[in-house]
Amino acid sequence: MQCSVCKEKTATVFLTHIENDKMHKVNLCEDCAKTKGVDNPTTFSLADADLLLGLGAAQEITQTTGGVDLKCPRCGFSQADFKKSGRLGCPECYQVFAEGLEGLLKTMHKGTRHVGKSPEALRQSRENAEKLKSLQKKLVKAIESEDFEQAAKLRDELKDMPPRPAEPAKK
Amino acid sequence: MDIYKFLITPAEATQMHGPHDRIVMSSRVRLARNLKDAAYPGWAKKPERIKILETIRPAVESLPEMKDAFSEAMDNLGALDKQILVERHLISREHAAKSSGSGLVLNREETFCVMINEEDHLRMQALRPGLQLRQAWSAIDQFDSQLEKKLDYAFSNELGYLTACPTNLGTGIRVSAMLHLPGLVLAEQINPIIQSVNKLGLAVRGLYGEGTEALGNVFQVSNQMTLGESEATIVERLDKVLLQIIEHEENARQTLLEKKTKTVFNHIGRAYGILANAHSISSKETMNLLSLMRLGVDLRLFPEVDRSLVDELFIITQPAHLQKQFSDKLSAEERDLLRSDMVRERLKNVSRPSVKPLKTGN
Repeated sequence: MQCSVCKEKTATVFLTHIENDKMHKVNLCEDCAKTKGVDNPTTFSLADADLLLGLGAAQEITQTTGGVDLKCPRCGFSQADFKKSGRLGCPECYQVFAEGLEGLLKTMHKGTRHVGKSPEALRQSRENAEKLKSLQKKLVKAIESEDFEQAAKLRDELKDMPPRPAEPAKK
Repeated sequence: MDIYKFLITPAEATQMHGPHDRIVMSSRVRLARNLKDAAYPGWAKKPERIKILETIRPAVESLPEMKDAFSEAMDNLGALDKQILVERHLISREHAAKSSGSGLVLNREETFCVMINEEDHLRMQALRPGLQLRQAWSAIDQFDSQLEKKLDYAFSNELGYLTACPTNLGTGIRVSAMLHLPGLVLAEQINPIIQSVNKLGLAVRGLYGEGTEALGNVFQVSNQMTLGESEATIVERLDKVLLQIIEHEENARQTLLEKKTKTVFNHIGRAYGILANAHSISSKETMNLLSLMRLGVDLRLFPEVDRSLVDELFIITQPAHLQKQFSDKLSAEERDLLRSDMVRERLKNVSRPSVKPLKTGN
């Protein structure tokens, strides 16, 4: 997790502050925490979390999109709404605001690519797609090296592959 | 149906045991999921939220784990019922504030609890007594795998499960345990422990979760990062950290007994004295003193007392639980009187702490 202020060092101080049912989170590295005077969480009231976050989440989106108020075509959610709530409008928003979100995700998480469980149907279609690709590659190689026996085998295997399902809508 | 009648009674709840339950009160794994073509609950208008609820609720109810479950729309639950669910740690305070378009499905054993249209369309949790993170993860993993066949989840290969808040993106997992750490608090070692746990990217929160104080020396430890690591990795890391915290807590208790005997006896003796004799007591004070009594039981200062006595009081002295036992609406002052009566009554046969504690251990 990256420091939300200097964006360089690893964050080791995590502040969460709730005000009027709104949640603010700030992650700081040790140095930034000291300069902001928040190295002692028991005495810091967190009232200025917004101030700290000034360099964080929502601001970042505005910067990267050149100040134009982007809106999600699917649900009408805007970056101003994100600035207010810290939450998105619909799953589609992740594509719409992808550019601005990337930096935020970097400060928030271990990585920016998903590792772990995925829905079975998607996993299977992905595995099939990968298998298809590798068989096709092998087939080309077999033909190039004039190994026609192997090529015939691969052709049959390819024929037996389940029909390609419609690709899940992805950019 | 009356939720209070559906719930396991407080007495039964104290009989549910798990590994390390002297210190780890419960383990929980929660997954956040959303439907592909719908706005998140915080942004969706009421008709859309109701539609989402009507899609998800039957799917959840149809799972074998949810046979004979309690299933209800949040607008059919009274404020007191909702508060009781919060006090039992079954729903979040945020979910308790919801009404039309949100729902709850809870199984009879209280091992699975699903919040519909909380911050995400689906927040499913597996709960276990004691330290059982792996078991809870495997249970909710299977639960989720069945549900994904019935519902169209919002998922991207790159970002994983898409959630309303970017903080839950990816695995959508929150692995947490509720810990009773009076030893570390008394030994004044709790702050460095919290800081080093934070450094590992884990969050430490109070009794009722996000933004609450550690009443009764109860802390919740959970992961914060959900993207870029697998569920299993997150579960393993948390498990390792929890085992270390348990060890620190045990050591702190041992050291306190050996080096600060008087301080410990003083705290526990005063806690007993107030609880057994007060005629008006707030919920907050009750919890903090019960925590010390629980420590006293663990340290065998009350040889004839079973921990369940304290644990039951911990549940039934909370405001909504107390209110539920009396038909009239009570003011805070009236509750404080009734609470102290209840505690005195329960402790009337408990002798004061013996100052020659037996060796600690289970």
